Amino acid sequence: MKLKELESCLQCVEVFKSPKVKLEQYPTSPHIASRMLHTIDTRYKDLDGCMVADLGCGCGVLAVGASLLGASMCFGIDIDKDALDISYQNSCEYELKNLELIQMDVTKLPDAQWNQLFDTVIMNPPFGTKRNRGIDMLFLKTGLNMATRAVYSLHKTATREHIRKKTKEWGVNMEVISELRFDLPSSYKFHRQQSVDIEVDFIRFSFPSSHLPIKCTEKNYLLLKK
Amino acid sequence: MKLITHNMLTSKSLKGVNVGFPLKICATEVKEVAVDFNPEFVTRMIPKLDWDALCQAAESLGCLNDLPRSVNPNHENDEEFLKKAHHVLLEVEVIEGELVCPETGRKFPVNEGIPNMLLNEDEV
Repeated sequence: MKLKELESCLQCVEVFKSPKVKLEQYPTSPHIASRMLHTIDTRYKDLDGCMVADLGCGCGVLAVGASLLGASMCFGIDIDKDALDISYQNSCEYELKNLELIQMDVTKLPDAQWNQLFDTVIMNPPFGTKRNRGIDMLFLKTGLNMATRAVYSLHKTATREHIRKKTKEWGVNMEVISELRFDLPSSYKFHRQQSVDIEVDFIRFSFPSSHLPIKCTEKNYLLLKK
Repeated sequence: MKLITHNMLTSKSLKGVNVGFPLKICATEVKEVAVDFNPEFVTRMIPKLDWDALCQAAESLGCLNDLPRSVNPNHENDEEFLKKAHHVLLEVEVIEGELVCPETGRKFPVNEGIPNMLLNEDEV
């Protein structure tokens, strides 16, 4: 599928009607989602025929796109029922037969449950700026344990050095594919400006051949009070 | 919820639960969908699955048919076997029902094909 075709397909994906601040819900725009997925598919061949998970899938734009690009199975996982309902509508709208949705808390996945069960994990995680500091790294770590080929994720550029340090510690390779400007429309009432531009890295994480799953000892430390 | 998904879910996070697998399926609506057959994908998934749990789940839904109870070591060349596995894994979907923890009986609802595995604070 060509990039333009993918983008126009994803334009029709339904998004949040009333995004929840606590969960940092904001949709991945069709423009960004299509470019991410197209790169994953054409440059790295990490979608076609693959077992894919979208962590914190929200309305499912990445999961829908991954299914459209030939993932054998794609799992969209989210904590929020309202978001999953929209994902479900999208899945029906596109008549996808290989997209599964699960309501669960990604940050509370039991250790080792899905270790290396998936080929590829894609995500636009919460950035951890709304009294949930560290949640972005928890998503990343969970994804790294689940995948055998690669994890694709979006992170605030300001956290790049921290992520580099952590991935080095975990023995994981990190490649910043592109720097994006995320134009967050003022979807929340407390946003004073019309829109907020933030710098975001699109990153590919992959594994050296001798890689073992990461121990999740930091999990409790990272989990924050509600 | 396809049976491949059922094979991935546990109630292990519940307080006091050791294994929490496999979850019992109580389905009120099941449907079959046609999914493109990809032998390479099915072959790759088989070693990652709990085959006994898959057979049990299929049997409880009455769709085991003649799927062998054990995996033939040469399965990657056995197209007929792979097609049966494909059907059970990917084409049978629980639309409405419940998943039940084998140790505590805690029920996890499945609505519109989406299992809800969330736990309350006091359950973990």
